[in-house]
Amino acid sequence: MRKKTIIPLFIACLVIVGISFSFMNKHKNDVTPFKPDADNAGLKLPVGFGANKVADNLGKARHIVITKDGSIYIKLMKVVDGKGILFLQDKDKDGKYEVQTAFCNYGGTGVTIKNGYLYASSDKEVFRYKLDENEQVIDPANPEKIITGLLARRQHQTKSILLDNEDNIYVNIGAPTNSCQENDRGLESKGKVGCPILDSAGGIWQFKANKLNQSYADGLRYATGIRNVMGLDWNTQNNTLYVMQHGRDNLNSSWPKLFNTKQSAEIPAEAMYMIKKGDNAGWPYVYYDTYQHKNILAPEYGGDGKKEGSKEFINPIVAFPAHMAPNALLFYTGNMFPERYKQGAFVAFHGSWNRAPEKQAGYFVAFVPFKDGKPAGEWEVFADGFSGLNEVMAPREALHRPCGLAQGPDGSLYVTDDVKGTVYRIGYNINK
Amino acid sequence: MKKIICAAILIIGFLSNSKAQIKKKDIVAKTPTNQLAKGKILYAKHCVVCHQADGGGVMGLNPPLIKTDYVLGDQKRLINIILKGLDKEIEIDGETYANPMPGLSHLSDQEVADVLSYIRNNFGNKASIISPAQVKVIRASKTK
Repeated sequence: MRKKTIIPLFIACLVIVGISFSFMNKHKNDVTPFKPDADNAGLKLPVGFGANKVADNLGKARHIVITKDGSIYIKLMKVVDGKGILFLQDKDKDGKYEVQTAFCNYGGTGVTIKNGYLYASSDKEVFRYKLDENEQVIDPANPEKIITGLLARRQHQTKSILLDNEDNIYVNIGAPTNSCQENDRGLESKGKVGCPILDSAGGIWQFKANKLNQSYADGLRYATGIRNVMGLDWNTQNNTLYVMQHGRDNLNSSWPKLFNTKQSAEIPAEAMYMIKKGDNAGWPYVYYDTYQHKNILAPEYGGDGKKEGSKEFINPIVAFPAHMAPNALLFYTGNMFPERYKQGAFVAFHGSWNRAPEKQAGYFVAFVPFKDGKPAGEWEVFADGFSGLNEVMAPREALHRPCGLAQGPDGSLYVTDDVKGTVYRIGYNINK
Repeated sequence: MKKIICAAILIIGFLSNSKAQIKKKDIVAKTPTNQLAKGKILYAKHCVVCHQADGGGVMGLNPPLIKTDYVLGDQKRLINIILKGLDKEIEIDGETYANPMPGLSHLSDQEVADVLSYIRNNFGNKASIISPAQVKVIRASKTK
């Protein structure tokens, strides 16, 4: 008799708990299981990996972040219908994500989530939006402005953002010139003495994540001598900042007596730096030579292509081929990919333009194995085929260009494209 | 005799005139081809790294040269862009292009004319030839 009453009571309790749980989580989304497209979304991937297109035609999709329940936020460089952040979900679980809401009236590049807030950047400011328990923005119309008044001229003006685990936010402030010349990109134009712009650009600035209306006076120039950064990430193994620099251009067109077009296409390296507080990577005084593996004195400051630069400047931790435009960096901490990918670095290379008349390079996602914050092998191409071409001669020929990277809660890797606004999801196909 | 002299003068006049005409035609036909060939070499040296081999430019950074008003329209503005550079954001077909272009005033009047004539008649463009005399006038003038 007792048993007979306990069992129905137990079932009733379960039902009540279940109903209340589903009511409490009525906005909760479940992660769509990864399923590759038949053609892997047109991408070339290592054996065992697959890809599908989760969204398309979104606009200039820049950086991306995935919530813990698999929903997506994307920052648009240019507003579409007046909105600059898209929120996507895949409610019917068909693998294609639909835009649920769009908000924010500014274009920009950076977007990330940390400790219950969504952070997003315009080219001059950084905002944050409080999130609910499902990591959905509570009040999209009223963000807190945490950083304002950042320098944004017509080059390298986008701001990428990253948070550490101590409530600090790091912002890239790109230098608004190629090499701090008197006449930017001009023929044999010398560098400005003391490159004054380094006071307010050409570095990574650190601010507080939870303080309103900060500007230069409230922030710290965390690292300097970094021309422009779009990809940056925090390595949780050694608790350190890593950045990908966009290296200088125009060695031949500005200094034709010192560099031919081929040298100009292949120098300098696109450099990954491990950044400690106070580091100086040497822009505009030096560039990292792809072949000599050294910081070489820039021609604007008396260099001849051979003279070494000052030893005070840090060296890259990884040197990639020139001009490939690293637009995102991500240390992989997921469990879906095979063991060798764990803690390694993915880099989205937007693809070059400054290699003309040589053929262009990049337009792929690269991978570097890492162990304890140090490279544990050579870099390799991970995902290729975004351009839809065997070789790219001019950037506008490329059908897609990788721009943002994010890791999903299941460990799949998301890649945005800012030409067509395509979002790719790359997964490891356990069944194959 | 008079008639013969008259006829001779007429014939000589006709011949010399027609010779001159042939010469003029040759100049008209040859100059642009020559200018365009020289312009192509200059484009490869000074322009291609930013504006690209197809003249299509780079999204957001370097403007395209294909069928734009900047290339096909006001010749004075175009000549000034080469001589003085362009240091402002411009919009073409709803896209903005922000990279600064340095002035190339070290090029001669003939070189500026050649490279502009080349871009105005390549990449699907069809427009008049720019002459060195036009460049000279604009280089000398103080107005922007």
